[in-house]
Amino acid sequence: MFLSMNWIQDFVDLSGLDKIELIHKFSLSTAEVENEIFYKGSDISGIVVAEIKSVEPHPDSKKLHLLKVDAGGGELTDVVCGAPNVREGMKTAFAKVGAKIGEITISPRPLAGYTSNGMCCSEAEIGISDDNSGIMEICDDVPNGTDLKEIYEIEDIIFEVDNKSLTNRPDLWGHYGIAREFAALAGRELKPIEVDDLKAYDSLAKIDMKIEDPLCQRYSCLQVENITRTISPVNMRIRLYYCGMRGINFLADLTNYLMLEMGQPMHAFDSRKVEKIRIKRFDKPFVFRTLDGVDRNIDENTLMICNGDLPVAIAGIMGGLDSEIVDDTTTLTLESATFDAASIRKSTVRLSHRTDASMRYEKSLDPEMTDVAIARFVNLLKKYDSGIKIVSSLTDEYAFHYDDVTLNFDKKFVDRYTGIEINNDEIVKTLTSLGFKVTLDNDKFTVGVPSWRATKDVTIKADIIEEITRIYGYDNFDINTTRSPLYPVRTATVKNNEDRIKDILVKKYDLHELHSYVWAYNDELKALNIPVENNVKLANATNPNIETIRNSIIPTQLCQVKLNSSYSADFGIFEIGRVVNGVDENNLCIENKKLAVTLFSKTKDIKTLYLELRDMLAVITDDIKHKQLSYQTAEAKHSYEHPVNLNTILIDGKEIGTIGIVHPTVAKKIDKKANIVFAEIDINEFSSSDSLGIIYEEPSKFPPIDYDISLDIPSGVFYSSLTECWKNEGGEILKNTKIVDTYDTDTVHSITVRFEFSSNERTLSSSEVQDIMDKVISNLKQIGVNLRNS
Amino acid sequence: MDNKITILKDEINEKLAKTVDLIDLDKIRVAYLGKKGSITALLKGMKDLSAEERKSFGAEVNKLKAFAAEKIEEKITELKEKEVEKEIASMPQFDVSTPVDLTRGSYHPITLVQRQCEKIFKSMGFTVEDYPEVVTDYECFESLNIPKHHPARDMQDTYYLDNGQLLKSQTSAAQNAILKKYGKNLIENGVPIKAIFPGRCFRNEATDACHENTFFQMEGVMVDKDISISNLIFFMKTMLSEVFQKDIKVRLRPGFFPFVEPGFELDISCLICGGDGCPSCKHSGWLELCPCGMIHPNVLSEGGIDPEKYTGFAFGLGLTRLAMMKYGIKDIRDLNSGNLKSLSQFTDDE
Repeated sequence: MFLSMNWIQDFVDLSGLDKIELIHKFSLSTAEVENEIFYKGSDISGIVVAEIKSVEPHPDSKKLHLLKVDAGGGELTDVVCGAPNVREGMKTAFAKVGAKIGEITISPRPLAGYTSNGMCCSEAEIGISDDNSGIMEICDDVPNGTDLKEIYEIEDIIFEVDNKSLTNRPDLWGHYGIAREFAALAGRELKPIEVDDLKAYDSLAKIDMKIEDPLCQRYSCLQVENITRTISPVNMRIRLYYCGMRGINFLADLTNYLMLEMGQPMHAFDSRKVEKIRIKRFDKPFVFRTLDGVDRNIDENTLMICNGDLPVAIAGIMGGLDSEIVDDTTTLTLESATFDAASIRKSTVRLSHRTDASMRYEKSLDPEMTDVAIARFVNLLKKYDSGIKIVSSLTDEYAFHYDDVTLNFDKKFVDRYTGIEINNDEIVKTLTSLGFKVTLDNDKFTVGVPSWRATKDVTIKADIIEEITRIYGYDNFDINTTRSPLYPVRTATVKNNEDRIKDILVKKYDLHELHSYVWAYNDELKALNIPVENNVKLANATNPNIETIRNSIIPTQLCQVKLNSSYSADFGIFEIGRVVNGVDENNLCIENKKLAVTLFSKTKDIKTLYLELRDMLAVITDDIKHKQLSYQTAEAKHSYEHPVNLNTILIDGKEIGTIGIVHPTVAKKIDKKANIVFAEIDINEFSSSDSLGIIYEEPSKFPPIDYDISLDIPSGVFYSSLTECWKNEGGEILKNTKIVDTYDTDTVHSITVRFEFSSNERTLSSSEVQDIMDKVISNLKQIGVNLRNS
Repeated sequence: MDNKITILKDEINEKLAKTVDLIDLDKIRVAYLGKKGSITALLKGMKDLSAEERKSFGAEVNKLKAFAAEKIEEKITELKEKEVEKEIASMPQFDVSTPVDLTRGSYHPITLVQRQCEKIFKSMGFTVEDYPEVVTDYECFESLNIPKHHPARDMQDTYYLDNGQLLKSQTSAAQNAILKKYGKNLIENGVPIKAIFPGRCFRNEATDACHENTFFQMEGVMVDKDISISNLIFFMKTMLSEVFQKDIKVRLRPGFFPFVEPGFELDISCLICGGDGCPSCKHSGWLELCPCGMIHPNVLSEGGIDPEKYTGFAFGLGLTRLAMMKYGIKDIRDLNSGNLKSLSQFTDDE
């Protein structure tokens, strides 16, 4: 919203104060002001009122005229002018030689064989409207030679307030409310607004008007006749133009002017079309043509202004074409009303039609304002068109009253909230200047909230704190730390685990952490032959490509791997992110937090890569939980899983995830030569497993005995079944086993296992070790595993 | 016999002089001092001599033995030194100016910025909380004093799911749960609520270089008996100065958010120009960074905390925005792009 400093100063005397400083203060205390401030008229000088004394056609040009102009003092100046509306006796704006318009300085100029000693200006050239159709016509009776700036408010400071920052301030949607803020900030008086006394018309007949719907809070109207003026006063047009509105005609301009001044939208109907005003909704949808000529679909939730049963306007949004003021309108009915804010907002959303009026109604306007706005309207109307006649009494139905708001609090409450000392006098002064009724008794405040702040904005004590502190100025605050007692804090296990997992994967394994979206990307997955699996969907996705929430991060990662397939011959990525796996019995999403890892390699064979990934997870688990993971062969459930080597990952015997190889059809789409493996584990499940902590084992002072055996492993036998063979035989002294050699041919898979025996109490005898190993070898034989070459 | 000793002595000297490696030297040692060596043989041959001869000859042989041992030892040292010299001489000089291999892993930039913020708040006694991304209307709106008709609930802003839940549009969605979780300890034991909760938020809007439908925020709350606006400014200023590692000027402007009262927009002095005005800050000298305010009494009540007894502040810091500012990331979409060319650069930043 654009605001005029001149307009504001109609209501508060700011003389002697730095206006820019005040605007800055306003931005910090009230609402955000955009950076650019416009100094209107500052780049114009030397433009005067001049009378065209004679008009001669130019001998060689159809467009140009040769004028003699009186720019003051009776002396005539020769001017060449191309405007179509020049005529003898017309008064216009004239830029004398030496005048400045923007960068241009006017000087005598030869034009088609004649010298022009100055320039007649259009309103657009002076910058007071966008009218460039001809030169400005000055109707006011002012002597020739008068500087235009003396009679018109061409000079003004215009600033723009971010509408969003006024969301909660219905009172700031007009200059009068803004002036109140400036008055408070500057410590000056706010002047009362000049209004007509409407009581004078109480004896006149009332308008037939009835509110038939609770969505209308108040409806005030008045009939006026004999409006003869058609063009608005120049100053009014300048203000409207500077504030971003186009001049239309006197009546339309005046309703706009009122809206910009008081924040109260108004509408004028042709009285013949609104003989029986009813405010209501309709049972059935219908089409309604608004005054902009657009047909709009009205539904049963949209509040309408009607003439009997015939709709004539969409309440609070826009009037209808058929009830508009037309050329032969003699009597008009002026509407000033308030409606339920939420209803107006919803209607604008449904109609996709937001107007200056609806924007204000959405903010919960003060219903106390409707009759005042009419009184002000009549005041201005009489001022600019003295012959008008009021033909009805003020007809006013006030259906919904907001509750009066009175707030009680004490000084301690203010001190506690602010953390600084703001004295009682200052509190009283601030609140009073903003229109609050304050009484102070022994540090206890009783504050009456003015109606324009009580529609939703100021309802509780904390709201008063804002009023006090924003005018006090946040820049003036002493800042202090708290005096709260200290207690130890613990980071949640899941958070701790996540951080450590990230560190291990980044620092030890050189993986890259990526982020991705929580929904599946249909297109990208389709390109990889991965169908999107059915899951919870977005109800209002604007992009159908992203409507399904993902149930695993792996498909997303495969898309990322594809994207990066030329990044490097070997890389790994991971993400800790969310997935949803359907809904529970209460229809609430089952949301899981997952760690997903995908490795891509063009240099390593698939087994190496797969085991590398397995080792990463093992190191993570050993580091964070001091435990081991176990694995179970799993059945492929998803299109991207290779059916072989797919394993469920378990901790404490509980399933927490999956490790596998990417299915060849998908892998080939990503890169024909690369091996790709993936794993996904549930972070919350993982975190909930207790850490065993480090169990320190003192190194033995006695010599250890290593015992190696080489075994031929039949296909299908896993190492995990071998360990079963010695798990219960080694006792205290078998400290560790490891594979020290492997030997593979096409037919034989053979490994050498080293058994490390030691004791902290004694030197071991080779016979006791041999006894254990004999049992182990015998156990192995039972599952079909024999010593090599035996 | 004396002659023999002299001959052997000369012979040893001569041989040692010729020897160039340790293996030959060992052969020499064995040839003279070994069990079957010449000197040992001399000692063995003494049994035929008289006791007197044996005494004097024995002394001579022992001298020779000591001499040989000493000479061999000297030679060993000499040869070892020579070997080291040779080894040193054989070491080529490396070209350290060749390109280095910096291949290593990387964190997401959000993780880095998040960790910095967490570290600062942890050091001031804040706990770090985690919260789901799918939440209910109650969590995201109702508990936060956002009335039914507030624009934030409109379909165009929030992603709703077909089961009626929604993707959280703000980290404040966790506020109610946090207040409830720690409220008891506050009320019964006087332990202030100090928590931050970083998380991902979603807004249903078109994406471009400056807009994302998926972004990170970090919400923080502190509730105790006398938490004030003055405290709020202090914490914000301290945290931001730590994050940016310089003294940051902050200013508050009134801002309307239903879950705080008073509510503020917090600006920081422009990081590029320091407040003088530049294109980055649109010549204002300030950057709008984070909404904050005193927790609305209704929000405290809804969380089971008596607003007459307790006050608190809350803030919502845009982690995504912070990361972009800190690292000069111009296109917000880079963050979720999954593109390693841009994202692998964030190796670490403590």
